[in-house]
Amino acid sequence: MYDFTPFIESITSYLNENLSPFWAGLISMVLLGVGILLFYAVLGLYLVYAERKICARMQNRMGPNRVGPGGIFQTIADLIKLLLKELIYIRNADSLLFNIAPFIVIVASIMAIGAIPFAKGLQAVDLNIGVLYILAISSMGVIGILIAGWASNSKYSVIGAMRSGAQVISYELSVGLALLGIITFAGSMQFSEIIASQEDGWWIFKGHIPAMIAFVIYLIAGTAETNRGPFDLAEAESELTAGFHTEYSGIKFAFFFLAEYMNMFIIAAIATTLFLGGWLPFHLFQWHGFNNVMDFIPPVFWFFGKTAFVIYLMMWFKWTFPRLRIDQLLALEWKYLLPINLMNLILIAFLTLMKWHF
Amino acid sequence: MEETLLDFDLRNKEEYIINMGPQHPSTHGVLRFEVCLQGEQIKYLRPHCGYIHRGIEKMSEALTYPQLIHLTDRMDYLSAHINNEAVALCVENAMGVEVSDRVKYIRTIFAELTRIASHQLWWCAFGMDLGALTTFFYGLRDREHILDIFEETTGSRLTQSFITPGGLMADVHPNFQKRIKEFITYFRKKLPEYDQLLTGNIIFRERTKGIGIMSKEAAIDYGVTGPSGRGSGFSCDIRKIAPYSAYPFVKFNEITLPDGDTYSRYVVRIKEMWESLNILEQLVDNIPQGPTMLELKAVKAPKGEYYQRVETARGELGVYIVSDGGPSPARIHYRTPNFSNLFVINKLAKGHKIADLVAISGSLDLVIPDIDR
Repeated sequence: MYDFTPFIESITSYLNENLSPFWAGLISMVLLGVGILLFYAVLGLYLVYAERKICARMQNRMGPNRVGPGGIFQTIADLIKLLLKELIYIRNADSLLFNIAPFIVIVASIMAIGAIPFAKGLQAVDLNIGVLYILAISSMGVIGILIAGWASNSKYSVIGAMRSGAQVISYELSVGLALLGIITFAGSMQFSEIIASQEDGWWIFKGHIPAMIAFVIYLIAGTAETNRGPFDLAEAESELTAGFHTEYSGIKFAFFFLAEYMNMFIIAAIATTLFLGGWLPFHLFQWHGFNNVMDFIPPVFWFFGKTAFVIYLMMWFKWTFPRLRIDQLLALEWKYLLPINLMNLILIAFLTLMKWHF
Repeated sequence: MEETLLDFDLRNKEEYIINMGPQHPSTHGVLRFEVCLQGEQIKYLRPHCGYIHRGIEKMSEALTYPQLIHLTDRMDYLSAHINNEAVALCVENAMGVEVSDRVKYIRTIFAELTRIASHQLWWCAFGMDLGALTTFFYGLRDREHILDIFEETTGSRLTQSFITPGGLMADVHPNFQKRIKEFITYFRKKLPEYDQLLTGNIIFRERTKGIGIMSKEAAIDYGVTGPSGRGSGFSCDIRKIAPYSAYPFVKFNEITLPDGDTYSRYVVRIKEMWESLNILEQLVDNIPQGPTMLELKAVKAPKGEYYQRVETARGELGVYIVSDGGPSPARIHYRTPNFSNLFVINKLAKGHKIADLVAISGSLDLVIPDIDR
């Protein structure tokens, strides 16, 4: 009903008919790039606004409410302010690395957006190793953070960067293993096929207990990977002032800031795609009337609704929990999450083999 | 003291020294910790104070007793009433006058309200130090009610200068008792929220239990008083040891916990808020009638030396006055609780992580202007 494939295909075929293959490819790439960048900027601003409103609600505050109705233009005003701010250069900083670090962080998150399926056919590239691609690309961001901490030539930044490195390397394992469970269920790493395998039910329901364990572990590890919530040790405001981005100002700081929110979106989007059926509507077994009504809601809404739910969960963690200490953080991963995850993976493999999932 | 006065030879190029402060979010003011790290572990740390030294004690020598009350507000600004009371009591003792029971009751009520407000703000800041940002707004929401009570009677919210040698600046507002009773019922409902939000949290317990253990001996050695000392089992509540004002008339428990870690210092303060509510409840209905100010010809302490101690929200505040019989002190010295509480931090934080240092310094509840005077 809401299939974007013909629309995308008509554009591609129009380009191919009128232009040489080189130019057609180039123009479609530019179109995609511009589309993703626009989407990225708008979504980033919206997420910042959402976080400010949600945390205000949790803290007995109003949140932004002056610029525009309900303060919806507040983040745009903030962005303009950050754009106009002076970029401070530090005398003894490694200027090349210092300047390149924010771009590595933001490019990593932009590239990950490309593989996320927003609706049927609404996906920049449908790689046959989509999950692996996203894991690989999103872990590139930590290189940017490490470089930022190192190049700033500030002691607090180095501590923040080292913490972030240890943290992301550890939690990458849990994220990967949790997703591996669903890959085992679905038998594919391609996003479109993983979604197709959930036509008759989302994996969190079909895979029952092990899938739910994997989902919880994924949420914890995913939050840790975005350096947010109770795991924001890399910035740890009360300890390290601002951690790895202490020395950054203006738009470079905004890049780090935006990348954090987009990483959160990416983590939530993967959770949605693998565990919660992606853009598929919610169906109950034989209730055809109910199912038809659900089908009527466009898949884009389903996708963003589910993603928003997961993002809300992550914000909820952030605004209610105290921060962990670095050794507790690593102990949580290596002593608890990783063994549970490995056992869970064996269980999932066994279930898949015996066809004991729904 | 050899642990805090480290010789400079210890420093060499291998050491990773970071300066926490003078501008740092978790020192709550202009305090500087020179922290030597090995990885994340603290090898030693040296607190440097004096960034906000204003010479309050020297300034006071040029002021009369009623005037120097206003400077005491600026020491521990979260215990302003209690600081006022300390000087007022000291001067009254020196002059050999006794204020009416009404004044005593009102002073004690203000002191207990101050204690609750101070512990609320500490709770906000402690949560913030540990990364739980929401606590800040919960604590401030409730503190607002107390500040409103203060504002109604004294006209000021933070530095009230309401208690003066010989009595009070003015009588209380007619709404005073009603609003305190409202506050008691309100805060009895809200205080369990503090436990729900922070105390019961597993991460919070992991962060605080067994961290920064201060033995009772260490607390006595370093002179750590107040809730921080009582968290180590050192029973040092001046309200019990040497009752002043209306404390002889009320029943309350001195909260002491034996463990001496960050968590027990936390629990002592939470329990003290409950205890302060009990004290308020006993006092608020029984305020006797009487004058609020003694008829004094002149506020002059006779020649001699005088000492008075009171229990502020952070510990024992001592006022030492040397008088030559004039209207202002020849010398005045404040034994402030934070100054003593600060220097135990090296002993507590050594060997812990840098994140624990933030938790420990938060649990000592330092107010920096009180350290430097």
